[in-house]
Amino acid sequence: MNMSNNKIKEKKESRRTFLKKTALASTFATLAACGSDTSWDEFFQKNFKTLENDDKNKIIERLEKKYTEKYGKKFTVSGKDPIDDTLFGYGLDISRCIGCRKCVYACVEENNQSRDPQIHWITVLEMAKDKGVDLFHSNSDYDRELVPDDDHFYFPVACQQCENPPCTKVCPVEATWKEKDGIVVVDYNWCIGCRLCMAACPYGARHFNWSEPDIPKDEVNPETHYYGNRPRYKGVVEKCTFCVQRVREGLYPSCVEICPVGARKFGNLLDPDSEIRYILKHKRVLVLKEELNTQPKFYYFY
Amino acid sequence: MVTTQKNIFIFFMVLISALLLIPDTIYGDNGKKEALIQAPPPPFSEDIFPCTECHSEMEPNPERRVLEDMHDDIILKHDEKNRWCLDCHDLKNRDKLHLANGKLIDFTESYKLCGQCHGPKLREWKNGVHGKRTGYWNGKKKYLLCAHCHNPHSPKFKKMKPDPAPDDPMKGRK
Repeated sequence: MNMSNNKIKEKKESRRTFLKKTALASTFATLAACGSDTSWDEFFQKNFKTLENDDKNKIIERLEKKYTEKYGKKFTVSGKDPIDDTLFGYGLDISRCIGCRKCVYACVEENNQSRDPQIHWITVLEMAKDKGVDLFHSNSDYDRELVPDDDHFYFPVACQQCENPPCTKVCPVEATWKEKDGIVVVDYNWCIGCRLCMAACPYGARHFNWSEPDIPKDEVNPETHYYGNRPRYKGVVEKCTFCVQRVREGLYPSCVEICPVGARKFGNLLDPDSEIRYILKHKRVLVLKEELNTQPKFYYFY
Repeated sequence: MVTTQKNIFIFFMVLISALLLIPDTIYGDNGKKEALIQAPPPPFSEDIFPCTECHSEMEPNPERRVLEDMHDDIILKHDEKNRWCLDCHDLKNRDKLHLANGKLIDFTESYKLCGQCHGPKLREWKNGVHGKRTGYWNGKKKYLLCAHCHNPHSPKFKKMKPDPAPDDPMKGRK
């Protein structure tokens, strides 16, 4: 009796030790797999939106140091909160867009998108005038000597910043959400790369980093925001943020600034005197895939 | 109490004098004062302005004709059957434009001239829908004049070469 009890105890102990060892080994294996540039602080970082300002500032400081070392340029990472009483809205005049793709590349440079493999947050669709807004027959690969083509019109698509976003609902770890000013953001450090949000987005507006982003050092934009254009990691999802690093400082998004025909409009939906409110009141406005009840804050007008 | 009233009085005097100093404002449809026009200078051809530099020594000729010795690079494609130079440019004061009612205006106010025919476009420009504004969505904006995007002599927007199409998503995996 006594002996058998002892035996059981011995057995239990050895099982416990085994589990301990396994757990320890797998932890080290995971850490090792994360690559050498992942610090302890980074590995154990919590979801950014749940943190107090002190912790946020520590993270920002760490990131600024890391990016400055990596790119050889003084980086700033802003953690600026939404401006009060602001809900951002975007207008795009489809009667004036000429399909020149200047916005696509201005966005790439402003927002530090990977050059190879290539990530574009804006896709310009070419549509036949006799078919109207018809996504099925649209073409994003058009390559013409001159634009606009007489028989086509152009329809740029990026994140629609939905008021009722399907992408944030499916995220299993709450790494993406809608901010108070209406911008849908991603915590790149919390994202696990499952890509459920990409499947949920009806606009193809989310993009995945299949490899470490490739941004030339001399082209990298060092003025960044935590939720915006700071360089991303391999294996995380990214998307248009209305240039959160610019608009929370009062500036227009980069695509608005570059558009050579002034087809892009931007402003505060809560300000009755804003340009965007004038458009909603006086122009013919449509939203993309209205039937899905995503309630985009990106308004196409003509 | 008295000092408060005095302060209020001074404040309003300063405010009023500041308002008087504002040179040219444009008003949106809602009657609200928009930010000041801060358009860059009109897009003249090189060394062409002031026009009086050449024209002051020339005899003005009000006769409608095709120009041959000078300005022959300008091909009018803007209601050319009904319009010619002196419908917009002034015969007597060469550095100015004139409206249909004869009022002289500077080249910096050329939008007033354009708006005589293109009323709805001028209205939309004033409200920030037509044309391009840059700067701050909640503050100072930079405007462009009509002539910055539309050559007044040939206003149709010119076609351009588009930037490259996106990479094939199958690139490197074929």
